[in-house]
Amino acid sequence: MTTQLDDPRIIEFDVRTDEMLVNMGPQHPSTHGVLRLVLRTDGEVVSEVTPHIGYLHRCAEKIGENLTPRQWIPYTDRMDYLAGMNMNLGWALTVEKLLGFELPEKARHLRVLIVELNRIASHLVGMGAYGLDLGTFSPFLYAFREREKILDLFEEVCGARLTYSYITVGGATADLPPGWLQKCESFIDQLEPVIDEYHALLTSNAIFVRRTANIGVLSPEMAIDYGCTGPVLRGSGVDRDLRRDGEQRYTEMYDGYAFEVIVQKDGHYPKDHKYPKVPASTVLGDCWHRFYVRMLEVMQSMDLVRQAIDRYSMATGPFGEPVKLNEKLPKGEAYMETEAPRGQMGFYIVSTGSAIPWRARARSSSFCNLSVTHELCRGCLIADVPAIVGSLDIVMGEIDR
Amino acid sequence: MMSGQAFLDRIKNEFGDKITGANLAAIDPWVEVAPEGLVEVCKYLRDQPDLRFNMLNCISGVDYFEPDPKKAAKLDWQPHLEVVYHLSSLPTKISLVLKVILPRWKGDRPGDLPEVPSVSGVWSTADWHEREVFDLVGVRFSGHPDLRRILCPEDWVGYPLRKDYEMPLEYHGIRGR
Repeated sequence: MTTQLDDPRIIEFDVRTDEMLVNMGPQHPSTHGVLRLVLRTDGEVVSEVTPHIGYLHRCAEKIGENLTPRQWIPYTDRMDYLAGMNMNLGWALTVEKLLGFELPEKARHLRVLIVELNRIASHLVGMGAYGLDLGTFSPFLYAFREREKILDLFEEVCGARLTYSYITVGGATADLPPGWLQKCESFIDQLEPVIDEYHALLTSNAIFVRRTANIGVLSPEMAIDYGCTGPVLRGSGVDRDLRRDGEQRYTEMYDGYAFEVIVQKDGHYPKDHKYPKVPASTVLGDCWHRFYVRMLEVMQSMDLVRQAIDRYSMATGPFGEPVKLNEKLPKGEAYMETEAPRGQMGFYIVSTGSAIPWRARARSSSFCNLSVTHELCRGCLIADVPAIVGSLDIVMGEIDR
Repeated sequence: MMSGQAFLDRIKNEFGDKITGANLAAIDPWVEVAPEGLVEVCKYLRDQPDLRFNMLNCISGVDYFEPDPKKAAKLDWQPHLEVVYHLSSLPTKISLVLKVILPRWKGDRPGDLPEVPSVSGVWSTADWHEREVFDLVGVRFSGHPDLRRILCPEDWVGYPLRKDYEMPLEYHGIRGR
């Protein structure tokens, strides 16, 4: 029997490889916790990604139906465990909205100060872990070195280093200790030059740019359609930040603070002459831009912390008065979103008039951000999957709740 | 910016009896929509040039059921389920709440899940959020492309956020309580 070159069997054998299902996770180190991705691959090319979540589901919403709002605060810490203060704030504001509680001025500045400091810590981990995803280990160590100092500051404030439960319904559990503001200020002074080193280490690094530029491009329309928020949305060029655009109860916290939303307008980021130039190979909405937005937000938060220190030390009056642990809730419901480091974190509380809410619901930002993965990974290489998932900066504790 | 009443009159005019009620005095005012009109109303809210509710923030399921008959006798509502949609508009910065009121079980046959049409064709956010509501509260979203459990394991029995849910004694040899 003779074979000819155009024999379909030979062409199939030579050119096409078999489709294969590759299971990534739930213990894969670069899936940021217990995320499982099932990849349908053809050689090195990924044709389909199916995320499977729920490995860290701890029934937080069901527990919330059996505790009073102040008792549920520690459970919000454990959602986005890298930004516990921001989670506390989201829930506290939601309950205050239901109670119609008005916060004293000093408490507002205290909250801005603490929350922005936590945003820096969270973005530092995001930066370090992203380097790790792309195969460089050292930025992770540097990021943790700086984050450690923020954790030390938090430890002095509330005794905890990860799960703070510090901001609570009606203010905070305690005032800042004496001498703390000076420590905080000197930390910020010391952090500022270090950030430039991080930019040199990653942002403008040729290898880093090649791994992230034009990878996982998220169009603004798709970002909005999938409910992506935070740096993921702003990295696609959508001008939205709840600190400016949110509900009045939240934006009044930032009244009088000078800050610009970090988003690219006419090819420029705010004050970008101080930072590395946007490489020509990048496209708005790719992994590099999401990373860059986060890095600029660190600078923005440092600026906000400085302003908050001034305003807090000038404010008079109480730092807030936490409501009773079993404060009776009025009948009704309230939904509130705040700008957490990873996006818009929403809480929904339904009360039928007792001290325990009828329903406590958490709308997680990472949950929505992750749901867009299958669109971003279609047609990319296997090695790009960690780069794309890492650029979304997800925290599984928040996704699975 | 139009007032709440003007907005309500407008969509009532547009959709008639598909709008089954509203509460404008609540902290977050809401509009109640009949399940059969939901997709139509959502498309309208998203596409009208002056409304442009282009972001779906959250879908939550709430089970209104009191298992204790003594307490249930004092309540001013009948057992039912609510699916709550929180929408917001990026251009106008306005948010809106839609509610769909459902029976706890379809046709009052326990085990038969109540149905709502899926809005995942209007906002893709709804895809995962509807899977979560299906998983934890037990609402079937008809027309959903891939309605399966998302947080609980695939072989999990029951809907944990229902008020009459009982924790299983055992799951694959793991003690439940």
